[in-house]
Amino acid sequence: MPAIPRPFPDTASFAPANSVPGCAPDFAPMSARRLYIFGGIALIAAGLLFGDIFAVFILHQNAARQGEALIAASHAVAAGNAAAVNEAFSHLGNLLEDRGTKVDAHVHMIAAGYLALLLALVQPYIALSRQTKKSMASLFIAGGVLLPVGIFLIHYVGLAGSPFSAIGWASVLADSAGALLIVVLIVQAWGFWKYVRSRQLSEPELPGEDSMPRRALLTGGTILVLLGFLHGAYYAGTLLYEHERMETAILQRLINAATAGNLDAATTEVNNFGALAGARAVNIAAHSHIIEFGLLAMLLSFVQPFVFLSEKWKRRWVKLLLGGSVILPVFVLLELRLGLLAGGIADIGGLMVIVGLVGMLVGILRYSGGLDVTENDVAEADAAEGAR
Amino acid sequence: MTGSRKLLIFGGMTLAAFGMLYGLQYALFVEHQALDHMSGSLAQSFTAAARRNLGQSQVSLEQYGETKYDYVRQVDAHSHWIGLAMLMIVLGVIFERMNFSEGIRQLVAFSLLVGSALFPLAVILQTYHHGASVLKALAMVGSGLVIAALAAAAWGFARPRTMT
Repeated sequence: MPAIPRPFPDTASFAPANSVPGCAPDFAPMSARRLYIFGGIALIAAGLLFGDIFAVFILHQNAARQGEALIAASHAVAAGNAAAVNEAFSHLGNLLEDRGTKVDAHVHMIAAGYLALLLALVQPYIALSRQTKKSMASLFIAGGVLLPVGIFLIHYVGLAGSPFSAIGWASVLADSAGALLIVVLIVQAWGFWKYVRSRQLSEPELPGEDSMPRRALLTGGTILVLLGFLHGAYYAGTLLYEHERMETAILQRLINAATAGNLDAATTEVNNFGALAGARAVNIAAHSHIIEFGLLAMLLSFVQPFVFLSEKWKRRWVKLLLGGSVILPVFVLLELRLGLLAGGIADIGGLMVIVGLVGMLVGILRYSGGLDVTENDVAEADAAEGAR
Repeated sequence: MTGSRKLLIFGGMTLAAFGMLYGLQYALFVEHQALDHMSGSLAQSFTAAARRNLGQSQVSLEQYGETKYDYVRQVDAHSHWIGLAMLMIVLGVIFERMNFSEGIRQLVAFSLLVGSALFPLAVILQTYHHGASVLKALAMVGSGLVIAALAAAAWGFARPRTMT
C-alpha cells in the first residue's frame, strides 16, 4: 500500500519531551483513545471471524444433529420408552448449549468492540485524569476479551468444581467480566458528568474532515441501520407471533404422531420444526447483522482521520466493508430459497467485512498521531527542541 | 455541546448501563433457571407422551411455550436497550452534522430516547401479560418513534449543509 504525505513529520520534534517519539499524548501508543480504537476493531474483527468459522463448520452440522435428536425422541415416544426420551433430550440440550454459547460469544465479542469504539469517540468529553482513562480502557478491553471467552467455555467447563447448583466457573468468569464492563461504563458516565459541569475538554475532539470514505460510511451506515429497523418491525409485526404459535403446534403434532406410532408423520414434523427454526434464525440474523454493520460503518466513519492510508486505499476498504455489509444479511435471508449456496455467499460477505476492517486496522497502526497534536504541543515541542 | 447532543450521549450511556445491569441480574438470577425450566418442560412433554399421559404432555408443552415466550422477550429487551443506546451515543457525537435547527434536533433526540427506552420496556412487560394488546401497541409506538427519528436523522445528514 502506498504511503501518503503525513500532516506532521513523523519525528520526535513535534511531540512533548516526555512522550513517545512521533506520537501526540492523546493518541500515544498506550493512550486511552488508542487502546479503545485498537481493542475495539480487533474485538470486532475477531468476533466476525469467529462467527464466520462457526457458520461454516458448526451451525448447519449442529442443526442436523438437533433434528436427529428430535427424531430419536419421537421414536422413543412411539416405543413408550421414557428413559430413551430423557436421553435424547439430554443430548438435545447439550447441542443447544453448544450452539447458544458460541452465538453468544460471537455477539458479545462484537458488542464489546462496538462499545470500545464508542468510548474512544467520547473520550474528549470524559473529564478524568489521563492515567484513570488509560486504566479504564485497559480494564474495558480485558473485560471485552474475558466476557466472550467465559461464555465460550460454559459448554466445556459445565458445573465442574462449582459450588453453585446452576452456575459454573465459566459463567462466573463471564458474569465478572460483564460486571467489569459495567463498572467502566459507570466511571465514564461520571467523567462525562464532570465534563458537563466544567465544560473543559480533556483532549482534542476528533477531526471534522469531510472526506468521501467518511461520508460513505456515515450515510451507508445510517441507511443500513434504518433498513434493519424496518425489517425488524416487519418481522415482529407479521411473523414473530405466527412463528411462536407454529412452534408449539408442530411439537404437538409431532408428539401426537409419535404417540400414534406414525413415525413417518413424526419425521415430517421434525423436518417442519427444523424449517421453522431456520426461518426464524435467518430473519433474526439478517435483522441483527444489517444493524450491526450499519453501526460499525458509522463508528468507522469517525476513525477515518486516524486511518493512515492513501485516499485510494481508504476508499477500497470502505467499498469492501459496505459491500460485505449488504451481501451478508441479504444472502442470509436468501438461504431459505437458495440453500447452502446463499450461505456460502453470505460467509464471503462476512469475510469482506473482516478484510475491510483489518485493512483499516493496519492504517490505524501506521498512524503517527499528527492529527492529535495541538498547537500547545507543537509550541512545547519547539521549546524542547530549542532547549536541546 | 448542544442540548440534543447531551440528551443523546448522556441518555445513551445511562440506557446502556441500565441494559447491562438488567442483563447481568437476569443472567445471575433468572436465565439459567429459565433455560432449565424450558428444556425440562419440553423433555417432560415427550416423556409424558411416552408414558401415554397425553394430558400431562399437553400441560408441559404449554409450559415450554410460555417459558420460551418470556425468555425470548427478556433477551431481546436486554439486547435492544444496549443496541439502541449505542446508536444514540454514535448519533450524539455527530448530531451537529444533521442539517436541522437545534429545536428539531432536540425533538429527534427526544424521540430516539423515549422510543429506545419504551420499546424494550413494552416488550419486557409482555412477559407479565402475554399477548396484551396495549403492550403490543406501546412496543409499536416505541419502535415507530425510533424509526421516525432515524429516518429524520438520515434526511438531516443527506441535506446539503447550510451551516458551518
